[in-house]
Amino acid sequence: MTTPTLAALAIAPIAVPALTAAGCAVAGRRTAAAAGIGCAAAVLAVAAGLGAHVVAGGPVEVAGLRVDALSAFMLVVIGAVAMVAAIAAPAHVAAEVDAGRLAPSTARRQGVLVHAFLAAMAIAVLAADLGVLWVAVEATTIVTAFLVGQGRTRGAVEAAWKYVVICSTGIALALLGLVLLNHAAAHAPPGTGGHGLDWAGLVTAAPGLDPGVTRIAVVLLVLGFGAKAGLAPLHAWLPDAHSQAPAPVSALMSGVLLAVSFSAILRVKVIADAALGPGFVRALLLGAALVSLAVAASLLLAQRDYKRMLAYSSIEHMGLLALGAGIGGAAATAAVLLHVLGHGLVKSVAFVGAGRIAQLTGTSRIDRVRGLVATQPGLAAATGLAVLALLGLPPFSLFASEFAIVRAGLAGDGPAAGWAVVVALGLVVVIGAAMLRHTGRMLLGPAPDGPGAAAAPRRLPRSTAVAMAAGLLAAAVLGVTAGPLAELITHAARTLTGAP
Amino acid sequence: MEPVVMSPPAAALLDVAAGALLLTAVLVVWRRDLPTILRIFTAHGLALGALVGVLAWAQRSVELGLVTIGVLAVRGGLLPWLLRRALAGAGPARREVRPVVNVTASLLAVAALVLLAFSVSVPLVELGESPATRAVPVAVAVVLIGLLVLVTRRHTISQLVGFLLVDNGITAAGFLTTSGIGLVVEVGVALDVLLAVLVLQVLAGRIRDTFGDVDLGELRELRDR
Repeated sequence: MTTPTLAALAIAPIAVPALTAAGCAVAGRRTAAAAGIGCAAAVLAVAAGLGAHVVAGGPVEVAGLRVDALSAFMLVVIGAVAMVAAIAAPAHVAAEVDAGRLAPSTARRQGVLVHAFLAAMAIAVLAADLGVLWVAVEATTIVTAFLVGQGRTRGAVEAAWKYVVICSTGIALALLGLVLLNHAAAHAPPGTGGHGLDWAGLVTAAPGLDPGVTRIAVVLLVLGFGAKAGLAPLHAWLPDAHSQAPAPVSALMSGVLLAVSFSAILRVKVIADAALGPGFVRALLLGAALVSLAVAASLLLAQRDYKRMLAYSSIEHMGLLALGAGIGGAAATAAVLLHVLGHGLVKSVAFVGAGRIAQLTGTSRIDRVRGLVATQPGLAAATGLAVLALLGLPPFSLFASEFAIVRAGLAGDGPAAGWAVVVALGLVVVIGAAMLRHTGRMLLGPAPDGPGAAAAPRRLPRSTAVAMAAGLLAAAVLGVTAGPLAELITHAARTLTGAP
Repeated sequence: MEPVVMSPPAAALLDVAAGALLLTAVLVVWRRDLPTILRIFTAHGLALGALVGVLAWAQRSVELGLVTIGVLAVRGGLLPWLLRRALAGAGPARREVRPVVNVTASLLAVAALVLLAFSVSVPLVELGESPATRAVPVAVAVVLIGLLVLVTRRHTISQLVGFLLVDNGITAAGFLTTSGIGLVVEVGVALDVLLAVLVLQVLAGRIRDTFGDVDLGELRELRDR
């Protein structure tokens, strides 16, 4: 491929959503819906093209962007989850507008902000410079703040405030970490550094970085990007924000935003491993993983709100990602990446289902929803399958990735990873039991005979059904074979473990 | 990166500016009257501008001189003005009525945080020691004090001040270690902070509209049990 073509391809995942955002500001609702699907399809197609190119020819640096296997893979995740959300969003928005909960102007603004959000995430995964990556991650907080607070209810406003304060402060810690990393790089032995915050330059310079300064910087970076990734201890914003945002937005926030921020941690880990040895970040990540899993388990047991249940499940899965990254090595890292994609697909399906349930029943309380199988068979089946997939049951890909993480942990060097895996497995079982009980109560049993229960149509809107089925099907196929993605994942894992 | 050679008067001025930066941060913790806090916060922003100005003068750098003007305008002018406007729109409460921790305890905590800042910053100072890096612990202390304000104050405006103290501290650390982290990133960071403050200002207005108060202790709508 020629350089201008490559540059155009690299810029497209940022430019297409940005243009779609501008288009949503002026277009009608139907056109905007079609543009949303087209935008997701374009991001997916470009990601596939870039992925094929970097697998064959290695990473490319162009126009301040760096396309390597990891960024191409993250673009696939963004495109895939955006596709599920884009197919499901129009029906959700239409139902909200019909119910009078959403003004048409606010619906239009939602379209603009969602696509600006996608553009910011694309910048974050493509940025060659860690500083630009930081700016993009903070920009996602700013554009999603009004999506979280869109409901204007007390809960929505409270969630938006906590979201912006905790995420901006958390991410500010990451900025301090970058400042210190820059300080270390400026004093690296001559000839190795000099690239400022350029990621590839920092990886080259890493062995010469001052360990004392780098250690402080890495703690701050893991803590800061961990806040935005929903890892303990700075996870408190997540259940509020994900339960208050409109369902298609929750799908994107839970399915990709957390993973994009986590991929920043993966990039920092490459530098830290070369500068400090693998033990340091491993201890940080294993600690964060176990605390996140423990938080998720304890708050899921007595959970009363099904959207918050899904949010805590996201904290659980981010904990599993941290566990896999902490174990390290090519196998565990590849499993982590597969888990990112599987979780993104399935969690977005679950949030779409939860959004539909909330529209039909008018409540997000678990104990007010009964017997969905009898009244809404399609919705109940898809939501139930999504929850089963989240618990790590085959044939969905989360089974394969969790299994690979566990196996790598038990086979890996050092007893710390092995013990962490054992404790994590115990917590995952508790989480699974809690989610199974809550979901079972909502879906199974006789239908309530209260007023209004029978009024809703039994069938799902066709677009919602398509979105949920497509997400589940993709996750199931990934569980059997990753196909051409397998090679991209292997390359990305190699980029992240420093192997040639 | 060349080590910065600094003349004695420049080093002395740098210490004065860093001292002012720390002192104003401590004063924010001490006072509970919001208009006063905002005046102190303005002085804090100006001290940050002065710090960058001294660095520009010491390095005879025109570029850094221009950055100084930007820092003074944003940190000493624009952000304090936005906060004053937010306070005017935040309803009648003009005092931090019930901070989570009382003032005496907060000041003791500040003392502990400053000690902590100096002890964790040892590797930062030792790497490329110069008058500028010797002031880095002050910037770290400001970040920690900002975090303290953020978690112990309940008025929306106080929390905004805490958030911006954290940010000013990080900016100071950036300039004291390596004279900044690249222009694109610098501008992006400033823009992000500005937008975050604008978003929080709008949300503060919505909190007043929906809760009838700006005391964040009232935010108890979302809980797990």
